Amino acid sequence: MSSRAVQVRDLVKRYGKVTAVDGLSFEVPAGTVFGLLGPNGAGKSTTVKILTTLARPDAGSALVAGEDVLRHPGRVRRAIGCVTQKVSVDPMATGRENLLLQGALYGMPRRELRSRADELLARFGLAEAAGRPARTYSGGMQRRLDVAMGLVHRPRVLFLDEPTTGLDPEARADLWTEIARLAAHEGLTILLTTHYLDEADRLAARLAIVDRGRVVAEGSPDELKSELRGDAVHVDLDGTGSVEAALAAIARVGAVRDVVAAGRALHTRADDGASAVPHVLAALDAAGVRVASVRVSRPSLDDVYLRHTGRTFGEASAPGHAREEVAA
Amino acid sequence: MKALAVHSGHFTMRGLRAMARQPAFLVVSLVQPLVWLLLFGRLFERVAELPGFGGGSYIAYLVPGVVVMTVVFSAGWAGMAFIDDMGRGILDRLLTTPARRGAFMVGTLAYQACSGVVQALAIFVMGLALGASYAGGAAGVAVTLAAVVLLTAAFSSLSNALALLVRTRESLIGASQFLALPLTFTSSAFMAPDAAPGWIRAASAVNPVDWAVTASREALSAAPDWRAVLLRLAWLAALSLVLGFLATRAFRAYQRSV
Repeated sequence: MSSRAVQVRDLVKRYGKVTAVDGLSFEVPAGTVFGLLGPNGAGKSTTVKILTTLARPDAGSALVAGEDVLRHPGRVRRAIGCVTQKVSVDPMATGRENLLLQGALYGMPRRELRSRADELLARFGLAEAAGRPARTYSGGMQRRLDVAMGLVHRPRVLFLDEPTTGLDPEARADLWTEIARLAAHEGLTILLTTHYLDEADRLAARLAIVDRGRVVAEGSPDELKSELRGDAVHVDLDGTGSVEAALAAIARVGAVRDVVAAGRALHTRADDGASAVPHVLAALDAAGVRVASVRVSRPSLDDVYLRHTGRTFGEASAPGHAREEVAA
Repeated sequence: MKALAVHSGHFTMRGLRAMARQPAFLVVSLVQPLVWLLLFGRLFERVAELPGFGGGSYIAYLVPGVVVMTVVFSAGWAGMAFIDDMGRGILDRLLTTPARRGAFMVGTLAYQACSGVVQALAIFVMGLALGASYAGGAAGVAVTLAAVVLLTAAFSSLSNALALLVRTRESLIGASQFLALPLTFTSSAFMAPDAAPGWIRAASAVNPVDWAVTASREALSAAPDWRAVLLRLAWLAALSLVLGFLATRAFRAYQRSV
């Protein structure tokens, strides 16, 4: 295996007239956690489906663990573990039975499989529940079993597609800890997709921001944030004044740049946020626009996303918007 | 080949285990044929007096009919397991493992066949209790069970293929009822061919449900025509191979949609 666990080049996938993945390229160094970050409908899950041999791309190429997903899907399947967006445990089987079936499909010898299953059940806090049908598990427990199933055959590359969606904050924090521990485990490469900025920030050593089926930015979270010089200045307008007038007013302020409006919120950047605020407020006041609040912050991944796509992450993730994007 | 057999074994066990954990389902699947035996047995009791029934008791005539009808209806639901697995994401997960596509198919057919055999044996016992006798003896029962396994394989394959293509419960139920009812009632399950209209007799020659009923009933009779029995079993075997192959191909259609 080369030092690249996953190599994706110019991947394209269309469903009818919808282009879900539109020339996507990225590489994942072996032994790291790599995040694909983007709103719903950005093409992350479709990419994972192609990389896990579930779907075939219309164009482009992908190597996983050094094997071509189109030419040698069988070899890819042996090398990967896959935790899909939806919890996919068999509710009628017990936790242990779920693990044993999964491992048996990879041809693991019985004795080794039993000890591996026990080890994983203990590690994911499921030892006591191991003999109960999975339908009696809580959502967090089912998700942990799901992740354990992806690991039972000791894959070289693990795919985690939106692993914490639908979990309560506590279960989410538990899973984060476990994923971080897995990453420290030698040799395992993890490709994580998420639409949670904090999740990508916390877990991914490197990440690619995906928007409308393309990678718009790639790097470590710190690199991406430090590309944005200075601070972010966010201004929330009150309900009355014109957004256009506000935009025009701020654009004339020399201390700030990259002004974007999202609804009645204006986002802009400044080398020194604190000293820019009085100028911004004065300009808005002169234009007759009333301000509800002003906030200065260090660059976040949300600002990175905004910079590269022209939209805030929350805006892009809103249900109506996501649908529009899929239809586009 | 070895992987196919081993994986099929795992999927068969998974199906049987899930079935064993739903006692209500087990009870219903055994009580329902009893209801058919009692209901049809009483309702049509006197049709056995018609020419074409050979003068025997109607219950004895009915037993292979109810066995086959039960199998057709149970097997028609086989694809439901696939639809459940699709909805839960289990199918997608399995498709990313090295598990053979054919093993998903063989696994569901095998556990459906197991349940069909148990149902058939239960119906034989119920028939005995209601006064039927089986002149063909053990050989007759064995042939009936063989017909059950083959017919299950054919109809489960069809149901699985439909499941992979239509992907919703409602469409699958609709399609399987649409097939099962007419095929059952244009067979000789409940009515002797000689007492049925000519067009039904003609249609039953190409009706796999009738192949299974006729082979079973013939083998259960006092002096079976073994050539007729084996011929029909061979047709059933050929049909189930073809449908099993086509159903496995239906995975490609499913994966194109993923």
